[in-house]
Amino acid sequence: MAEEKVKENHATSVESIDLVIGDLAGVDRQALEFAWYSAVENTVLQMAKKNIIHVPAKAKCLECDCEFEIKELYDSCPLCAEPLLQIVQGKELQIKSMVLN
Amino acid sequence: MCATCGCDSEAKISIHRIDQPESLNLGNIKFIPVEPKITTLPNGRKQIDLEQDILLKNNLRAERNRRFFLAKNIVALNLVSSPGSGKTSLLERTLHDLKGQENFYVIEGDQQTSNDADRIAATQVPVVQINTGKGCHLDAEMIWDAIQQLKPADNSILFIENIGNLVCPAMFDLGEQKRVVIISVTEGDDKPLKYPDMFQSSQLCIINKIDLLPYVKFDVESTKRYARKINPTNQFIELSCTSGEGLGKWYEWLKKEMIEAPVVV
Repeated sequence: MAEEKVKENHATSVESIDLVIGDLAGVDRQALEFAWYSAVENTVLQMAKKNIIHVPAKAKCLECDCEFEIKELYDSCPLCAEPLLQIVQGKELQIKSMVLN
Repeated sequence: MCATCGCDSEAKISIHRIDQPESLNLGNIKFIPVEPKITTLPNGRKQIDLEQDILLKNNLRAERNRRFFLAKNIVALNLVSSPGSGKTSLLERTLHDLKGQENFYVIEGDQQTSNDADRIAATQVPVVQINTGKGCHLDAEMIWDAIQQLKPADNSILFIENIGNLVCPAMFDLGEQKRVVIISVTEGDDKPLKYPDMFQSSQLCIINKIDLLPYVKFDVESTKRYARKINPTNQFIELSCTSGEGLGKWYEWLKKEMIEAPVVV
């Protein structure tokens, strides 16, 4: 995606990139940090400053409607202890923005 | 204002192609192609506000696959599990037992070899093998390419046997109607808690190799309880491909999927 945008905008490289990563997106922060440098080598992202915007996971209880932060997918509602949850936030895995130069 | 999403019910619907800017007036909601906002910064730099999902390409292809299956009334099932839980054996047995009753197609995913596809081909069912090389999951694009070769007929069942892995395949929508997770009693009964993403995104959980239950420490009820904690709507079928116990329920489930599949007129 970054290569595409650089080409489209007649730029040469990416100066910075903002990534939005939810707690439940299945992305391990440490693994991402570790893999990033080998992944961006010799690409337009090689010199890019990477900012990670971290989104805490939130769910809504389908029984009592209360909204709360969750740590794991198997957490249950803190009020009524029901496991019937709708994930409302935390699955994000997005490129929010990039600065090209 | 709409209570569901806060959209303005007074606004008029407008749908238009990106290359044809004139709007088509249809009523209530406005669909406008979203172009990323570009801000020019000093020294000729540009800021692009993309707000784009990293898995966008996969998800778009998955939706196209889903529409293709829907239009042809194909029930596409994504079979996921850890290696060795018996996906291929279950398929072999199913294809053998239901031969002539339903029209089957199979897509086999493995890192290497065509061993599984060879086993399926021996049952005379059309099969395509995808070798991902080093990849740990199938993606929607691979499924689309496989469909081009397989050319599944209308009103059929397509089994997609994913790579044996309970982690990465959970993230990749293939366009399937249902995701079936298979766990065998020789694994730990806390698998649902260890790999919650997979159990959360599945609709059916098959507990396989139940003929071995007397010899292993595996508590079926605990597994179900853990899986329900993550996904209270999960269905369960306990079976054994070796003894044949419980297979009837699986076949019933398959036939029900066939009957309930929405028919596009």
